Amino acid sequence: MLRYLLNKIALLIPTLVGITICAFAFVRLLPGDPILAMAGEHGVSPARYEELKEQFGYNLPIWEQYARYVGEVATGDFGVSISSKRPVMEEFKTLFPATLELSFFAMIFAMVIGIPAGIFAAVKRGSWFDQSLMGTALVGYSMPIFWWGLLLIIFFSGYLGWTPVSGRIGLQFFLKPITGFMTIDSVLYGKWDALRSALSHLVLPAIVLGTIPLAVIARQTRSAMLEVLGEDYVRTARAKGLSAARVIGVHALRNALIPVVTTIGLQVGTLLAGAILTETIFAWPGIGKWMVDSIFKRDYVVVQSGLLLIALIVMAVNLIVDVLYAVINPRIRAA
Amino acid sequence: MKKTMTFAAALLAASVLGGMANAKTLVYCSEASPANFDPGTTTGGNDFDASSRTVYSRLVEFKHGGTEIEPGLADKWEISDDGLVYTFHLHPGVKFQTTDYFKPTRDLNADDVVFSFDRQFNKQNPWNGEKYLPNLTWDYYTGMDMPKYVAKWEKVDDLTVKLTLTEPNAPMLANLGMDFASIVSKEYADQLEKDGKMADFSTKPIGTGPFQFVDYQLDSVIRYAANPDYFKGKEKIDDLVFAITPDATARIQKVLAGECDVAPYPNPADIATIKANKDVTLMDQAGLNIGYMSYNTTIPPLDKPEVRHALNQAIDREALIKSLFQDAGATPAQNLIPPTMWSWDKDVKFDSYDPEAAKKVLADAGLKEIQLWASDRVRPYNPNFQRAAELIQADWAKVGVKAEIVNYEWTKYREEGKKKERPGAFQIGWTGDNGDPDNFFATLFACSAIGVSNYSSWCDKDFEDLIQKAKKTSDQGERTKLYEQAQVIFAKQAPAFLLAHSQVYSVVRNNVTGYKMDPLGIHRFDGVDKSE
Repeated sequence: MLRYLLNKIALLIPTLVGITICAFAFVRLLPGDPILAMAGEHGVSPARYEELKEQFGYNLPIWEQYARYVGEVATGDFGVSISSKRPVMEEFKTLFPATLELSFFAMIFAMVIGIPAGIFAAVKRGSWFDQSLMGTALVGYSMPIFWWGLLLIIFFSGYLGWTPVSGRIGLQFFLKPITGFMTIDSVLYGKWDALRSALSHLVLPAIVLGTIPLAVIARQTRSAMLEVLGEDYVRTARAKGLSAARVIGVHALRNALIPVVTTIGLQVGTLLAGAILTETIFAWPGIGKWMVDSIFKRDYVVVQSGLLLIALIVMAVNLIVDVLYAVINPRIRAA
Repeated sequence: MKKTMTFAAALLAASVLGGMANAKTLVYCSEASPANFDPGTTTGGNDFDASSRTVYSRLVEFKHGGTEIEPGLADKWEISDDGLVYTFHLHPGVKFQTTDYFKPTRDLNADDVVFSFDRQFNKQNPWNGEKYLPNLTWDYYTGMDMPKYVAKWEKVDDLTVKLTLTEPNAPMLANLGMDFASIVSKEYADQLEKDGKMADFSTKPIGTGPFQFVDYQLDSVIRYAANPDYFKGKEKIDDLVFAITPDATARIQKVLAGECDVAPYPNPADIATIKANKDVTLMDQAGLNIGYMSYNTTIPPLDKPEVRHALNQAIDREALIKSLFQDAGATPAQNLIPPTMWSWDKDVKFDSYDPEAAKKVLADAGLKEIQLWASDRVRPYNPNFQRAAELIQADWAKVGVKAEIVNYEWTKYREEGKKKERPGAFQIGWTGDNGDPDNFFATLFACSAIGVSNYSSWCDKDFEDLIQKAKKTSDQGERTKLYEQAQVIFAKQAPAFLLAHSQVYSVVRNNVTGYKMDPLGIHRFDGVDKSE
């Protein structure tokens, strides 16, 4: 097991180097000059332009800029935002809990509905439920997040008035962050109405962000379940006279869940990509919105460090999934 | 003793909570997060709404809802006959805000004023560079050419400040009403420097303005309270909240749902919904902006005014504006400056649509092909450069000119477009900074702006003489005459196709009173009240 783990970690190193190169190159391949982006319509005189280029270090050869960047990152210095002048790490730490909280609830939503729906569809294979579920899943998977979010806001918040339009919590609640997770903080403060408000603000964005993972999980559960239901041991369990619930719930589901867990792990990337749009629509103060803003401002420092931090998280989650996979499925460890 | 303290704290908490229940809170759904709260270091309208217009005041102010200058922290001022020396007399007894992070021990004085400007240009000032914040550029201070015009700021006595210029510059007074000219507290700066917490200056602001800063949750909510010591009298609303809501549709839904009281910039598509709602009012105003298209006047045959006129005449401007701005509407531009600005000349007319006449002139000049530039960004003065380019292309095709549309991403677009040798017609626009005509004429079409923001590379001696003279004269009547003449020359020479001045909108709930649209595009909450 230890060797397996070390192997996995060793593989992360070249990935990490690759990511620093990609993040560094990406912001420089974006069309547009960061200094002109800062100056806006005012423009900037050629002399001042050169002066600013030097101040920001953009006059150095590209390899030197890269070496500097890697050197700083290696010592844990992720730089200072060009626009806000705050350390990138500080902004990231403030904003990340919001994204994590939203992703968590989106994933819960996706799993709580996706897994049972997938099981049911597999058991009732070919039924109208199965057909319509798979059709809906395809629609869900292809749903444009931006449109879907606005549609839900206009219907549930605007027309029905059931949910708040946007934000993380009602403005009457003024909680100084402890953990940065609004739901946990409101519990820590013992404010139940704040908790209710935070949860009501989570409903729509979690649904929007969870829609694509929901579709993927439902489809994956169904196909994994179908495969397992055809196995000998399930037939044996049935032959032993076990109840249908026990056959499906214990014997089949446990084995079917192995690929589902991997799928869920892989959805982390999808969640972070979806967060970019979801957070922008719902005014959710997380890292997705932060990255979009920074790209528009050509804030090189935030974009390249933000990309790196997000990539690190995705890598860490993938590592955890790999380990979990090995725990659930002992055959992997031996291989 | 400890018990008493706990009891006192509980009592305080209860009174705060009790107070909150009755407090009048106004919620503004702002469009973006502020970069920080030091208006000298930022450039965005949303940055200024959150800092300079709430927390700070200036020596002079723009009249609420207008572009005229009125007294601010300076009750009165004198300008010497040669236009070089400005003497400001400060309002006595102005208090800086008292918060949980700063307790002022003295009133505002001349030191604060001198410090507020000195820090923006004096490299020896510890607040000018790295020691305060990394990568400081003081964009507005340099952008408004302050280093060129300001010789020195001096304290005469506690309540008198003297500004000496290097040459007469009439727009200077308007510059001092701008956001970057906000007056900060030297005492607070000194205290932070001593405590080694200089960066706090940009995150925990202290000013003399109508509201004082309470808290900012990054990218989410900014909270302010009415400044009880405000020298123009405490505001009627107790708490002001900025709920940061970047998506325009979500913003409007929030106003309709009563989650916020005021929101700017609705999508044109939502305007009909807003108008149909009984609880909210749609406010509009011709923006202090201009959308235009610069011809490179140095490259033949575009160097001939008649060719430029012909290109203008070939465009069906009315149809173009209708297609671009749709329900939001826009005022067709007669002049470079909008009609809300002083010196606007109503008698100057823009080229009328006349494709037949245009066709002949263009054929004679031998103009068969032209580059037509477009970018991807939505601007207040032109919501869709690409659509505009396609419509103009079609109009020009009718008069025998084949336009090739050139596309670039927005920052690259301006970088390429401002080059002196850039060919063809370049779509661009401008939103005014300070309501002074100089901020349009000189910024966009002075000879010295070639290669910076004079996209026509146009340098006309007569026009240049007039605008430079107007810059040096402090008498507004005389300046008006000079700018009127400049507008006549501009219309005759046609260095650009003038599109329109767009309407700017805000959505306000009906129980809000005293909110005014501002031609400078700022959102101010002083003088605003709210009924239940």
